[in-house]
Amino acid sequence: MVNGKRTLIIIPALNESGSIADVVGEVRGELPGVDVLVVDDGSTDRTAAVAAAAGAKVAKLPYNLGVGGAMRLGYRYARDHDYEVAIQIDADGQHDPRYVPKLVDLLDDNDLVIGARFAGEGDYMVRGPRRWAMVMLSAVLSRVAHTKLTDTTSGFRAANRRVIEMFATWYPAEYLGDTVETLVHTARRGYRIRQVPVAMRKRMAGTPSHSPARAMIYLGRAFAVLTLALIRR
Amino acid sequence: MKLTLVTGLTGLLLLGTIVELLRRRQLREKYGMLWLAVLIIVIPLSLFPRLLDNVAELLGVASGVSLVLFLGIVFLLLVCVHLSWEVSALEEETRTLAEDFALLRAEINADRAARDELVSTDG
Repeated sequence: MVNGKRTLIIIPALNESGSIADVVGEVRGELPGVDVLVVDDGSTDRTAAVAAAAGAKVAKLPYNLGVGGAMRLGYRYARDHDYEVAIQIDADGQHDPRYVPKLVDLLDDNDLVIGARFAGEGDYMVRGPRRWAMVMLSAVLSRVAHTKLTDTTSGFRAANRRVIEMFATWYPAEYLGDTVETLVHTARRGYRIRQVPVAMRKRMAGTPSHSPARAMIYLGRAFAVLTLALIRR
Repeated sequence: MKLTLVTGLTGLLLLGTIVELLRRRQLREKYGMLWLAVLIIVIPLSLFPRLLDNVAELLGVASGVSLVLFLGIVFLLLVCVHLSWEVSALEEETRTLAEDFALLRAEINADRAARDELVSTDG
């Protein structure tokens, strides 16, 4: 329970046996009485077993579906088990669970709340084409959602019951679909979206991709995904 | 005359292959029928390449053979698009199946854990 609401934390994880126990442990420590569901996205290591041992509920996919696939499974679980709030958190420890009550607070007047980096708190920085992509996405999505959004690719999100039910039946599995396209779809259907500034931490394990070529490709793909999302029904 | 022989034989060979695949149930009827229909149109054309010359002239194409080539490419493109579409639908189906499977497995594990707990508190 967070603020008197039955809450599920969804953590999609792919080969995160190194950090998943710490993340699950931290969430359970910071948010007592909250259920944690780790969606094992077809890991080849012991992610599922480690997560279960750490006290999480585990749903293990038979093969890799990508973040979007794992998330729809999480929202289906939340819907089927009557959770009022579902919050997604990354398995690499970047998201600080202490912000969760703040996100849930805003769900009283909003349907989807995003924990946003670069919104004042913390010192997370990016440069070059990757930054241009984020600026473009923010500008367009802020207009679509009628609210200021600065970090549209953040995977730190809280959804209320209405959005849980929508995401349980509709959730794109493709690249950036889990972030950009879900925002367009949600805003288009009249749901209210808000962002909350959060400080983002260094990931506990794994490395981000940072070559200029990959950043350019990212910009191109982000543009393509956004255009497609905007012309889709 | 030689060309007619080559194209005609190729057509017949393909026809045989499709029929054999259908007979061994290696090819779904809907695809088999499509290829059979194509071959039934193509084989006469390979034997009498001038059949389409009148139509070609009507469309401003130099010869019936070029027309066949053009239509063939268009047809193959359409088939490829159709197959991509089918694969997309299949992927969505397997995705839903995988999710269902994961949910069921989670349910079974939860039930089993609950039962084990009952047994341990009883005993």
